[in-house]
Amino acid sequence: MTRRLLLPAGALLAALVALVIAAALAWPREQYIAAASPEAWAATSANIARGAYLARAGDCMACHTARGGAPYAGGRVMDTPFGSLSTPNITPDRATGIGRWSADDFWNALHNGKSRDGRLLYPAFPYTSYTKVSRADADALFAYLRSLPPRQAQNRPHALRFPYDSQLALAAWRLLYFKPGVFEQDAQRGAQWNRGAYLVEGLGHCSACHSARNGLGGSDAGLGGGLIPTVGWYAPSLTSDSEAGLGKWKEDHVVQLLRTGVAPGASVTGPMAEVVAQSLRHLSEGDVRAMAVYLASLPGTPSARREPAPRPPQQVLDQGGRLYRQHCLACHGANGEGLGPYPALAGNRALTLAEPVNAIRVVLNGGFAPATAGNPRPYGMPPFSHVLDDAQVATLVSYLRASWGNAAAPVTSAQVNRYRAVPLD
Amino acid sequence: MTTSRPRFLAFRAFAARPLAAAALASLSSIAAAQARAPASIPDTLEQRVAACIACHAPKDTAGTRAGGVYFPRIAGKPSGYLYNQLVNFREGRRQYPLMTWMVNHLSDPYLREIADHFASQHPAVPAPPPAHEPAAVLARGEQLVRRGDPALKVPACIACHGEHLGGVAPGIPGLLNLPRDYVNAQLGAWRNGVRRAHAPDCMATIAARLDPGDVAAISAWLAGRPTPPGLRPLERAGHPLPLACGSAP
Repeated sequence: MTRRLLLPAGALLAALVALVIAAALAWPREQYIAAASPEAWAATSANIARGAYLARAGDCMACHTARGGAPYAGGRVMDTPFGSLSTPNITPDRATGIGRWSADDFWNALHNGKSRDGRLLYPAFPYTSYTKVSRADADALFAYLRSLPPRQAQNRPHALRFPYDSQLALAAWRLLYFKPGVFEQDAQRGAQWNRGAYLVEGLGHCSACHSARNGLGGSDAGLGGGLIPTVGWYAPSLTSDSEAGLGKWKEDHVVQLLRTGVAPGASVTGPMAEVVAQSLRHLSEGDVRAMAVYLASLPGTPSARREPAPRPPQQVLDQGGRLYRQHCLACHGANGEGLGPYPALAGNRALTLAEPVNAIRVVLNGGFAPATAGNPRPYGMPPFSHVLDDAQVATLVSYLRASWGNAAAPVTSAQVNRYRAVPLD
Repeated sequence: MTTSRPRFLAFRAFAARPLAAAALASLSSIAAAQARAPASIPDTLEQRVAACIACHAPKDTAGTRAGGVYFPRIAGKPSGYLYNQLVNFREGRRQYPLMTWMVNHLSDPYLREIADHFASQHPAVPAPPPAHEPAAVLARGEQLVRRGDPALKVPACIACHGEHLGGVAPGIPGLLNLPRDYVNAQLGAWRNGVRRAHAPDCMATIAARLDPGDVAAISAWLAGRPTPPGLRPLERAGHPLPLACGSAP
């Protein structure tokens, strides 16, 4: 009796699964736009120079180069919650790189997230953003990559866990989170705004970090901030004024921060330091300003109503104050006002984010802003990971987050311990 | 300049400032205004790289011999050597995540400037910690350092690192006034291929010929040697090096 009921039910389920799979595979997630002409990717110095600039805007080299390795020869391992990915060689080596690729193949990867052999690509390659890149820009990028010295470097296989290692899972993911389409100009806005939007949403792939990802790694492509999984940094919201929103920020200072790594009261660190060092500092002032204009135009996210943060116990404040006077005061000032090049801690948005990871890691690791043309000899902050234990860092950060008008929640030594263990590289 | 020491090490001086300010205030209103103004941060390289001193100072803020822990002395090492190491950390030829983190986005010219800065520093050298190893171990260490071991095809350390172990400009470091654990870790890292230098990597070749006992003997003997006052890297090697070294052309 049960058996007789189960069989049809099983068959029905199997049919349903097959249908979903068929739909996932057949669903149009591809779009073809032809090149204007073969001249678009010809190896002319103009195409190559334009492609080199666009490669900087897309920060291609940061991921497609291993530490100390040949540029664009791949091999950087990227940890994700689903396993680790090894970036491919995109030099024009015929055996191991993209030497056999056509301009259409390259377009297909950038725009449709598909490799030359038809494999679906993992969205760690941010084709959800790159799909907005115009065919003309894709062709210039291709011309540039073709001009690089070919490097023989075999791609290493990814090490993803089941089911994330299956093409079927990827097809389903794309069904949920990916739709190809080039950037469309907003006729209501000016050329500068449109240029900024094109760069931020396309090559800049800002949303890859500055938006929250769900359990499947999908993001809403907004710029509302998010914890970067496994890397252990929080990419703040670019639309909320309590985080890194641009609403109350001078445009010049935003441009300065993005191009030089430092601006009054702010400096970049962690993954954003890499973005400035490898990408933004190479862009024209006009392009970076366009990005700032676009970002500033985004509708502000009302600050999430945070419960009034509990104030740390007086004992923590006393101990934290002692640590502050011993280790921090000489540079950050008696009232957290910041001295000279050292940023103020009073009213510091990076310090008072609801997610305290950045504050904890800056205290643990210190570091230098990137060396840029506008800031060629950056000042550094010493690491304290070897000087202060977890409880001391927690006490100090709790004190900083509750002093001089700051009113963010205290942190625990368990949180400090978690981020002490996150690899720095 | 009121503060020659980097600011974050100068908290005691800062705490003493109100007294000095009170004394100056009666002299002139200009001085009083200056004393009230926020303390200025010196625009010097020393201040910019003060972060390095947190680990590499001869003594930490509590007066403990910092080098006795793990971190190597960098003051007074040849500039070319220091520069190579900074670049090696950035490019992954040396593995110490915190160092890679610090230099990750710094440019070659800035790293060169930082290397020159520390190469020109010659702070007073603390006395070495007492050696506790058996005499036989120390004797083996001294043998390897001073004479090498022809049977192992290991040249004497002094053949490259200078007769008095003060290093040789531009690329060969001095070996005195370094923590034993640090020297152990470096020779071990070379044996394991974790620390690398420009090819031909002479130290990798030599370290591969040493067993862990020899490594321990070398590091113990070196760590116990006092540094002669005024020891500086030699300007140039007086004779050809026994092995070709990519980082000491």
